[in-house]
Amino acid sequence: MLEAIVFYTLAVFTLGFGVLVITARNTVHSVLFLVANFLCVAVLYVALAAEFLAVIQVLVYAGGIVVLYLFVVMLVNLKAIPEAQLDPARRSRLGFAIAAALLVEVSAILVYAGQRAGPAAPAAVDTPARGNTELVGWLLYTDFLIPFELASVLLLVAMIGAILLARREA
Amino acid sequence: MSPITPYHYLVLSAALFTIGVLGVMLRRNIIIIFMSIELMLNAVNISLAAFSDQWQNAIGQVFAIFVIAVAAAEAAVGLGIILAFFRNKDTLNIDDMNGLRW
Amino acid sequence: MLETYLVPLLKIVVLLNAVLVAVTYMVLLERKVIAWVQVRLGPMRVGPHGVLQPIADAIKLLLKEDITPARADRWVFTLAPIVSMVPALIAFAVIPFDSAITLFGYPITMYVADINVGLLYIVATTSISVYGIILAGYASNSKFPLLAGLRASAQLISYEVAITMMLVSLVVMAGTLSMVGIVRAQLEAGMWYVFVQPVAFVILFIGGLAETNRAPFDLPEAEQELTGGFHTEYSGMRFALFFLAEYANMIVVSAVATTLFLGGWLRPFPNVGALAFLDLVPGWIWFLGKTFVFLYVFIWIRATLPRYRYDQLMRLGWKVLIPLAIANLVVTGLLKVLL
Repeated sequence: MLEAIVFYTLAVFTLGFGVLVITARNTVHSVLFLVANFLCVAVLYVALAAEFLAVIQVLVYAGGIVVLYLFVVMLVNLKAIPEAQLDPARRSRLGFAIAAALLVEVSAILVYAGQRAGPAAPAAVDTPARGNTELVGWLLYTDFLIPFELASVLLLVAMIGAILLARREA
Repeated sequence: MSPITPYHYLVLSAALFTIGVLGVMLRRNIIIIFMSIELMLNAVNISLAAFSDQWQNAIGQVFAIFVIAVAAAEAAVGLGIILAFFRNKDTLNIDDMNGLRW
Repeated sequence: MLETYLVPLLKIVVLLNAVLVAVTYMVLLERKVIAWVQVRLGPMRVGPHGVLQPIADAIKLLLKEDITPARADRWVFTLAPIVSMVPALIAFAVIPFDSAITLFGYPITMYVADINVGLLYIVATTSISVYGIILAGYASNSKFPLLAGLRASAQLISYEVAITMMLVSLVVMAGTLSMVGIVRAQLEAGMWYVFVQPVAFVILFIGGLAETNRAPFDLPEAEQELTGGFHTEYSGMRFALFFLAEYANMIVVSAVATTLFLGGWLRPFPNVGALAFLDLVPGWIWFLGKTFVFLYVFIWIRATLPRYRYDQLMRLGWKVLIPLAIANLVVTGLLKVLL
């Protein structure tokens, strides 16, 4: 019962903030609605018993990536660009059509999958009662070690690339 | 009221993904388009976490962490490109970002 | 049923009230201590020895005119002080003041929640409080606060990296991310972690000074620089909210340093049996005493040291503290494996 209330409230807020992200006029308001959206998604992760993922979402996504977006918006705003308005005459019909097609397709998949027999009960994994962080850390360092190292190389390359791209030519 | 199954989370994820697609299709400000891409990545993360909860296996969450790492890298490089472009052409409208040379 | 909802609610109410009163009286403490360092007396007029001074300050700030700059973004202007204050307050939810005390026959744990990612939760709330500064600078619709806000937030996110790296080496020592678990690990190890990880302690202290915009890292808000920094256009209670948020952040950093390095609610030498008479003092009094020592040192440093210039500040964060934290992590990992 409590889980249902929490889920529906969070779902309404998440989708609401998502819609506000794409329809806000002011870019800074858009970024703020994105932060609110990410915080709601973090609480959803807690409801899914993925608390490490929830804290990483707040720490990295909402507290790092969106701060980066906000910095760029501020640096661009210093020159006071007029905001491009939603232009209803141009692409909106095609955009809505594509989004509607996507929604129909995904709903069809969900309905079809919901009517089939559900998957078998999860195999009794023989892990002891470990915390969520420990489980994730264990997987990251044993089964997924190579993707982990590749991800760190990717982040290093992205860091160097971003510095090179955004640098002013002296 | 029916208990909350992973099905509910998948529907939420699909709706959020569609909102992200609408954002990419309808807006012309490149930063808003990037943020809509982040919305889509979040939608995928929600469905990954929901599956991880259904199968009682942490692999879904590990995948979601990798998605977050890649999103961080993409945001950094993408915003660097936007800043470099803005310095040259003074616009954020993607309709104006249509020339290979100018 | 009643206990799962009523007891945490009561704890939250008591904790919030205590924190807000403490934050208000931090104003008086700071003025008094800085005055004594400068061989003067500080506020003495309102109440005996100035004890009622914070109440007078609060009344004055509540009655001041609330100015919003012209063509400023009103929603964001109002939101910025709130986004500054709320993360500092919610970080108190995972700080353990004691393990458990018995009140009217009920055992009550002296923390609101013991989540098993407690340390990461505190780092996450400090990374949300960066938004308050950026938004304050942006919403003022004026060039000085905008640049000051960007500088301040750059400082905050730089020192956040150093602190997070240092916390990882601490987690390697303790084996758990939960705050209560770290104090228990110190109890099992028999000594406070400040003796085992002195480098990490120094990094946390310097990083904590920088994270809370305290001197000598208070360039973003000093009046001599950039005409007052990111809160130039704020007046009245919103301005007060920024400063109360800064003091609340200071208390959070002190409480976290106490929990991680000084043993939380443990008495000095927790495993030496001869000192068991010290157990007469309840754990939360030890905790509050240690936190108070940190707060005093924060104020003492403010009264003593000159201010860092911005490039010196960033150089210290990136070129000194982060390599030091990484080296500390490598050495801790090696010693943990080999020993």
